[in-house]
Amino acid sequence: MNNKYLREELIRESGVNPKKCMKCGKCSATCPAYDEMEYHPHQFVSMVESGDIQPLLQSESLYKCLSCFACIERCPRGVEPAKLVEAVRLAAIRKQGENRMTANDVAEFLDEDVPQQLIVSAFRKYSK
Amino acid sequence: MQRVGVFVCWCGSNIAGTVDVQAVSDALKNEPGVVFSTNYQYMCSQAGQDMIKDAVKEHNLTGIVVCSCSPRMHEATFRKTAAAAGLNPYMVEIANIREQCSWVHKDIQTGTEKAIILGKAAVAKVNLNTPLTPGESPVTKRALVIGGGIAGIQTALDIADAGFPVDIVEKKPTIGGKMAQLDKTFPTLDCAACILTPKMVDVAQNENIRIFSYSEVSEIKGFVGNFDVTIKKNARYVKEDICTGCGACVEKCPMKKVPNEFNLGMDNRSAIYIPFAQAVPKVATIDPSACNMLKNGKCGLCSKVCAAGAIDYTQKDEYIQEKYGAIVVATGFNPISMDKFDEFAYNQSKDVITSLEFERLTNAAGPTAGHLERPSDGKSPKTIVFVQCVGSRCDACAEKGKEYCSKICCMYTAKHAMLVRDKYPDTDVYVFYIDVRTPGKNFDEFYRRAVEEYGVKYVKGMVGKVTPEGDKLKVQASDLIENKQLHIDADLVVLAAAIEPDKSARPLATMLTASMDTNDFFTEAHPKLRPVESPTAGVFLSGACQGPKDIPETVSQAGAAASKVIGLLAKDKLTGNPCVAHSNELMCNGCSSCERVCPYGAITYEDKEFRMPDRTTKIRRVAVVNPAVCQGCGACTVACPSGAMDLNGFASNQIMAEVDAICK
Amino acid sequence: MKVSYFPGCTLKNKAKDLDLYAYKSAEALGVTLEEIENWQCCGGVFTTARDEVATKLSSVRALKEAFSKEQPLVTVCSACHNVIKQTNHAVQNDKEFSDKVNRYMGEDGGYFGEAEVYHYLEMLRDLVGFDALKEKVVNPLKGKKIAAYYGCLLLRPGSVMKMDDPENPSIMEDFIKALGAQPVVYAKRNECCGGYVSVESPDLAKKSSNQVVQNAKMQGAEMIITACPLCKYNLLKNGADIPVVYFTELLAEALGVKEDTDEQ
Repeated sequence: MNNKYLREELIRESGVNPKKCMKCGKCSATCPAYDEMEYHPHQFVSMVESGDIQPLLQSESLYKCLSCFACIERCPRGVEPAKLVEAVRLAAIRKQGENRMTANDVAEFLDEDVPQQLIVSAFRKYSK
Repeated sequence: MQRVGVFVCWCGSNIAGTVDVQAVSDALKNEPGVVFSTNYQYMCSQAGQDMIKDAVKEHNLTGIVVCSCSPRMHEATFRKTAAAAGLNPYMVEIANIREQCSWVHKDIQTGTEKAIILGKAAVAKVNLNTPLTPGESPVTKRALVIGGGIAGIQTALDIADAGFPVDIVEKKPTIGGKMAQLDKTFPTLDCAACILTPKMVDVAQNENIRIFSYSEVSEIKGFVGNFDVTIKKNARYVKEDICTGCGACVEKCPMKKVPNEFNLGMDNRSAIYIPFAQAVPKVATIDPSACNMLKNGKCGLCSKVCAAGAIDYTQKDEYIQEKYGAIVVATGFNPISMDKFDEFAYNQSKDVITSLEFERLTNAAGPTAGHLERPSDGKSPKTIVFVQCVGSRCDACAEKGKEYCSKICCMYTAKHAMLVRDKYPDTDVYVFYIDVRTPGKNFDEFYRRAVEEYGVKYVKGMVGKVTPEGDKLKVQASDLIENKQLHIDADLVVLAAAIEPDKSARPLATMLTASMDTNDFFTEAHPKLRPVESPTAGVFLSGACQGPKDIPETVSQAGAAASKVIGLLAKDKLTGNPCVAHSNELMCNGCSSCERVCPYGAITYEDKEFRMPDRTTKIRRVAVVNPAVCQGCGACTVACPSGAMDLNGFASNQIMAEVDAICK
Repeated sequence: MKVSYFPGCTLKNKAKDLDLYAYKSAEALGVTLEEIENWQCCGGVFTTARDEVATKLSSVRALKEAFSKEQPLVTVCSACHNVIKQTNHAVQNDKEFSDKVNRYMGEDGGYFGEAEVYHYLEMLRDLVGFDALKEKVVNPLKGKKIAAYYGCLLLRPGSVMKMDDPENPSIMEDFIKALGAQPVVYAKRNECCGGYVSVESPDLAKKSSNQVVQNAKMQGAEMIITACPLCKYNLLKNGADIPVVYFTELLAEALGVKEDTDEQ
């Protein structure tokens, strides 16, 4: 998929308008997963806007986002970076064989107390 | 039938470049009523105007059509020319063949065709023109200034200096406004009180100025030159003319636990109080919500200690009626509430404060006598984080922030940061910014000094979360240049809260029928060329009620508003615009549609006696337009269901004639 | 009062307490929880992608059933509440999404976002009333310093959840007060515990959870309450050294129906 088409697809699917960003960095300032991320929320917005999407698709950052929506809540411009991160993650894992997690992985983290909610959430986020 | 002369202007090549002017003047020669038609290089020049005057005489013209630039540009010029030639000035019509024709077309043929059509429309209209005479109204030579901050003070002083009486209405017990709360002022760092309080004294001593403090405007009627205003003087339970401001009552008052609004609640005042030492008028005021005597009749101490006998627990609100020729709005601003921004923990920690609170905290007359102490425990902060744009440039949620830039925050934050580093050099000072905006004389130099000489750490990025923990404020922020997330243990966090118009502005605008923008800032008559006038005649704007402003700008605008007021009050009579609405009382059914749409409050109703065909009389309610208030917008003429409303100079039949001429 | 009730997957398994105490307390307060028939798992998280339709259908079915019974839909798990409210909002505001959803709904007729969704806490505040709740308390939890943990799901996005001020909430604090205990306000109460990322990056979950517990403790908390099984799991797994309990358990205790439940 070429970048121009992919950019438009990500914008359409997420409903995010990256042009609204005023580059204040509040999303990254408030992000609890910042230190785990190679590309940070404000970079997702900027890189999608400029069509520099391949590095994002390959980045581990996609799987560190907590979907906690702190960036969405606190962005002064209503940009909603987390929705863009989600759209890029889906673009990555929707490809054949690109699931981040499979049923075989569950045993690894399963313990006596793991709530069902954790397993279904993880599948929603990491697998298609 | 009119005898119409047509004058087509080339405007050099501005018109003639895209319009065949000769063809236009030839074509219009054959229009009904036209007895003379010509063209000339510059109609507005002396020679062009003389050409018009000569033609009026030679051809006994009764109407003139000038095909030229926009009427905004030269309608007044050609009206004067007509008057000089002995014609009624309202017998002139302009066909705009420059802005609306030659400048927007490239092709001569289309340009010429359109110019001819526009000319025909103007001819059709002028054939129906009637001579109009503007009315006159007297001017009350007194001005009202609403708001007693630096904007109101400066406007009042300038008007008074020109010899006109001025009243200031201020809702607080003293004039001085926000500037009285500030410590130092950028970019020169002179002390706000030192430059403001002498002006406050000037106001108090000026014979031409009356101060209505602790008062509000409760009703405004009338129109430019003739406003009737009711001022509500709230009961302060102290006789203003007797109180000497000695302060004995304040000292003795047992009720000392009232949050002190002048220090933004960071300390307490007594129930009877004088806001600050340099208050004008220096008169005590009793806060009825806190005073035991007023609440339950138990106390009366202040009355006992007042040597002058100024305390009056029975005082009532008083209503004062006064006439004014002009009104200046100077209602100022407030910082927005920080309630919706609790990611910065303003409601969770006393050590998260707004910049205005910081001003009080560093002010020698403030709650800490100018020592920088944390509100929570009085310790001196070693690490301070300033956060800019809190609520400014925020369009995510209308309840939360403001879409506009508040303009003053970059500079006052630089000032605060610099002053801290100057007085307490061992303090770490961070400023988180999105952009640093410093357009203004010596502004950027000032900001750079804060960085380069005083070592303030400016970080490009925003704070995302402040977590109070123990006696620290854990600040989590981004540093976009270094691409990392910062974690700072701060002792004090200062939020540069967005500013918004004072809440009193909206109801005041309704009373004044003055327009406001969506942010409740007053709208100016023209954003560039008439910045201190409201579109409502006789209403002028001073200071931050029109938009965010710093002190120098406010003072400039205050002076400009004063000069406009002086220009108005200097006139003995006002010449109105004759192009106003009028109602045909025979057709009016008194439905109130026109009154509802009139933005100027120019329409009232009266009961009138009409003779019926059977010789009986009948009383009917009919609309009456006050021509001095009407601005000729025409809203009523379209709202009127019976066609009774019409606009002089733009009558419905004239407009229809133009449309017919265009569609022919 | 009768309401439709969506328990969710975890409440029938690892978080049985949350469910049981919710039932018992509701009963004590005169509210009947009528479980949605054949409810299906909400999926745990709302996918913000507009083209994700199938994963949201279980929520739509639950919403539709509640609406057809003219009952508000009550959920108690933060995650279910978040998914169902966001789905309802999407049906109301995204025409394209709503059209697609309704094509799946088939013969049962359409659903256009008419149902009202309440979190159990909202039900207590808006339908029962905290004052009425206070009157029903038989074991006031006097002197207990309790930190309300909202996490991320209860409040955000604020414009959709409309439960409380997303940065300065008070619903759980008011709840704690109604039970006679003392709420502890702390800034991390609306920050994430680490959520599902605990499977991908346990260190991140540990860090996030620790910050929450640490902040609550520093502000004087003796106990943390939550509405989310995953929050409880992450906080406890990462070494919370003060009790972390479901708010319904606290409620049942205050209403004097906890023992009763424990015996069963």
